Amino acid sequence: MIEVKNITKSFDGKTVLHDVSATFYTGKTNLIIGQSGSGKTVLMKSIVGLLRPEEGEILYDGRDFLKMSPAQVKSLRKEMGMLFQGSALFDSETVLGNVMFPLVMFSSMSHEEQLERAHFCLKRVNLVGAEDKFPSEISGGMQKRVAIARAIALNPKYLFCDEPNSGLDPKTSILIDELLHDITHEYNITTIINTHDMNSVLGIGENIVFINKGFREWVGDKDRIFTTANVALNEFVFATRLFQEVKDYIIANGKKYPDEE
Amino acid sequence: MLIIKSLEQLGRYTLFMKRSFGLPDKWSVFGKRTVQEIVKLGVDSIPLVIVISLFIGAVITIQMQLNISSPLIPAYSVGLATRDIVLLEFSNSILCLILAGKVGSNIASEIGTMRVTEQIDALEIMGVNSANFLVLPKIVAFIGFMPVLVIFCIATSFAGGWFVAAFTDLISVSRYIYGLQALFQEWYVWYGLIKSLFFAYIIASVSSFFGYTVKGGALEVGKASTNAVVWSSILILLFDVVLTKILLQ
Repeated sequence: MIEVKNITKSFDGKTVLHDVSATFYTGKTNLIIGQSGSGKTVLMKSIVGLLRPEEGEILYDGRDFLKMSPAQVKSLRKEMGMLFQGSALFDSETVLGNVMFPLVMFSSMSHEEQLERAHFCLKRVNLVGAEDKFPSEISGGMQKRVAIARAIALNPKYLFCDEPNSGLDPKTSILIDELLHDITHEYNITTIINTHDMNSVLGIGENIVFINKGFREWVGDKDRIFTTANVALNEFVFATRLFQEVKDYIIANGKKYPDEE
Repeated sequence: MLIIKSLEQLGRYTLFMKRSFGLPDKWSVFGKRTVQEIVKLGVDSIPLVIVISLFIGAVITIQMQLNISSPLIPAYSVGLATRDIVLLEFSNSILCLILAGKVGSNIASEIGTMRVTEQIDALEIMGVNSANFLVLPKIVAFIGFMPVLVIFCIATSFAGGWFVAAFTDLISVSRYIYGLQALFQEWYVWYGLIKSLFFAYIIASVSSFFGYTVKGGALEVGKASTNAVVWSSILILLFDVVLTKILLQ
């Protein structure tokens, strides 16, 4: 479980995150949603340590990330995996080389064991047969899957995904979402996904944190989101006619949801 | 304001170097990457060094012959002057200015692209000291291979002069060869090699710094690449003066 408590982050005197608190649960797909420029990427970068907030606490299963020594941070990082918006695969390495990288750097496995683990991870993301290709030779969806395979190679406890569906077609997006959801449950990982893709929100949003203008505006799940009275969230989630019609249909058919938080 | 900005930049460069010179996370990976960098930065530069040195060696020989041909000056002076120009300045300072363009822009654009495509962030998230992982092998490889490039440069420059002697009637081959050997000072070779090591460090570290600190996109990577070449060249010229003063006095 990752707990974020009263995080504040500013750039050049402009506050981007205001006293944000949230809890991200183990074994669940936790989503951070919000409009572009709302502060969700800053929140994720603060959680993983790429940015340092001025105030607040970030607790990884009770361990205060911001008070750790460099050695402790380095140790914690081996428990993290991250999927970047642009995949961030190493251009000079093959698909297999990318997945092998964390194993070569940080595991005590023999070369054969590393190969076996890398092949297992590639098989888990349904990417067999592309081992010798370079990132530039495979599609965007395949690149995301390689990045997921690399992220799970060391059996991370925490998985972070920044806009995993960015630039993908709807069908591939759903595949990636399902893969992330399945991996989260299969390995009991604390997964945090940064997204503004409504298909992801309604598909795998088991715990959703809505950030608006740097404030944590709403917390709930994919079911509660249909009945929320929060104006900003309604405007964001049901901005398109299609989603508004879906919402109206579901409410009109009398489906009951738990009360809003 | 300019002074403050320069000092800030110097401070950032110093901190960057401090991170770069930490102990590698895994020595076997460091060794493998260093060999790869030797091939990319050093071995791949040999053809350029040979072509440039061959022609410049020939040009220096022709110019020496045309400018110092006098009954009062011995004919072997052409070989002697060519040798000293090559040993003292061309094979180290001028060669490194040329390599700052090839190698410096290569390093800055490679690391800069890794920065803007979040590959460096990916390394950091994994717990890798990205500055050390990316930069130290380049510095070690380029400094280590620079003497080889300098020796290639010296040899092919002399060969360029030999071609002039052999295929024109400006100077005889025997006088050219005699001039190359006359009044030889071994220290000039060491002087050139020592200078080249400093310049190799400047090219590799300054270019890495500009690449590593890129913010933005492809346009900024291009600017970083240009800045890397410009600042490497300026620093090479500055240190050329300083090192010459120290080493030759």
